[in-house]
Amino acid sequence: MSAPESAGSGSKLIATVEDLLAHAREMEAEAAERYDDLADQMEVHNNHEVARLFRKLAAIEAKHIAAVEALGDGLELPELKPWEYAWKNESPEAPEVDEVHYLMTPYHVISIALEHEKQAVDFFDGVVANSTDSRLRETAEHLAEEERGHVRLLEEWLARFPEPDAGWDEDPDPPYMHE
Amino acid sequence: MDTNTASASLTAKDFKSDVKPVWCPGCGDFGVLSSMTKVLAELGLRPENVAVISGIGCSSRIPAYLNCYGFHGVHGRALPLAIGLKVSRPDLTVVVTGGDGDGFSIGGNHFLHACRRNVDLTYIVMDNQVYGMTKGQASPTTEANWAKGKLTPGGPGINPFYPLVIALASGANYIARCSSGDPNGTAKVLAEAIAHPGFSFVQILSPCVTFRPEQREWKKVMRPSPVEPTDDPARAARRLMSDDGLNTGPLYIGSRKPYQPELKASVTDLADLEREFAV
Repeated sequence: MSAPESAGSGSKLIATVEDLLAHAREMEAEAAERYDDLADQMEVHNNHEVARLFRKLAAIEAKHIAAVEALGDGLELPELKPWEYAWKNESPEAPEVDEVHYLMTPYHVISIALEHEKQAVDFFDGVVANSTDSRLRETAEHLAEEERGHVRLLEEWLARFPEPDAGWDEDPDPPYMHE
Repeated sequence: MDTNTASASLTAKDFKSDVKPVWCPGCGDFGVLSSMTKVLAELGLRPENVAVISGIGCSSRIPAYLNCYGFHGVHGRALPLAIGLKVSRPDLTVVVTGGDGDGFSIGGNHFLHACRRNVDLTYIVMDNQVYGMTKGQASPTTEANWAKGKLTPGGPGINPFYPLVIALASGANYIARCSSGDPNGTAKVLAEAIAHPGFSFVQILSPCVTFRPEQREWKKVMRPSPVEPTDDPARAARRLMSDDGLNTGPLYIGSRKPYQPELKASVTDLADLEREFAV
């Protein structure tokens, strides 16, 4: 499993607090949906421990959507099309579809989530670095700090799980689901 | 299917069905499914006005995972089925989905003639250059020297099929290539393809992580085409001559008039229709 490319490169496009919060909302929404999809995949492949963990992460991301919407209370946030996002490819917080394996362990799940929370920090830090608007910078700093909190939490979680031995993904009798 | 919220805008989630995909975790087709649900929502379509038609293969399972009308048809025959549907119900948005084996081998002849006929529908081929459902045989788009197929030791040894070249030569009216690793960029191309009149063909390179794990590298090497799409078939053909198969985005946007025969009076009573088929 490899980490995707840095997703913070597009943050120069964000010019207003409304733009920023619209992106923050979509960032959390894409992550919540992806974690739910991954939980479904793991349930289908009978990896229930990992499925529960993905489901938990989806629920946490869904709460973050509400938190971002609360920040934007009273503001009219623009509706963005998926191809208008400032980041490259998908939300910095959403794992890519090819980052998973049916034999993956909680260690891998937390590692992936941690990597994407770090990318979210980079994204908001990029907005801070590229803006001179004090209100925009302040909001981006707040969001970056929130994400840094998630990074710290996931680092604590990761410490609870031992790194799996090499060969964790070897299966002499792999499943075949289709027919 | 909920038809009671005609004025409410739908989200991508509304176009997902309750059926959980059985694809291998990591499969590129998950990215395509994400693109499709996003684009159906962004185009403001209603589930009851969309039909997704497929053939056989891993990717052809996609209609089951979408909340709209769908038909999981016969191997290689999705296009004639979809053409029949579209000419009789031109009000519907018809999307055809499938893989490279289904579309270019078993259904290869239908592909040529669907391009020629230019009916207003969109054909999405999730190309992983392998038959995944039957455990990893070489497909029409497999490289000549791919030596890992159990039925083709040393590689298939024959030239691969070039889908964009064939689509252009046969008359497709919109031709593009995408990467499943970029679901949002793919959604943009699909939005254009669905909106463009006539036969739109979109090849999506979608890794098979089980039988072609090396395809995980695609997302690192695929890149947006450096040139704008053209409406000149000769120019598009010249671009394809130097194409390495990894450029993404629309290549050709034509202006041929779609084929749509004049419809006869519609059948109001099913019994009348059944009588026509009586033997």
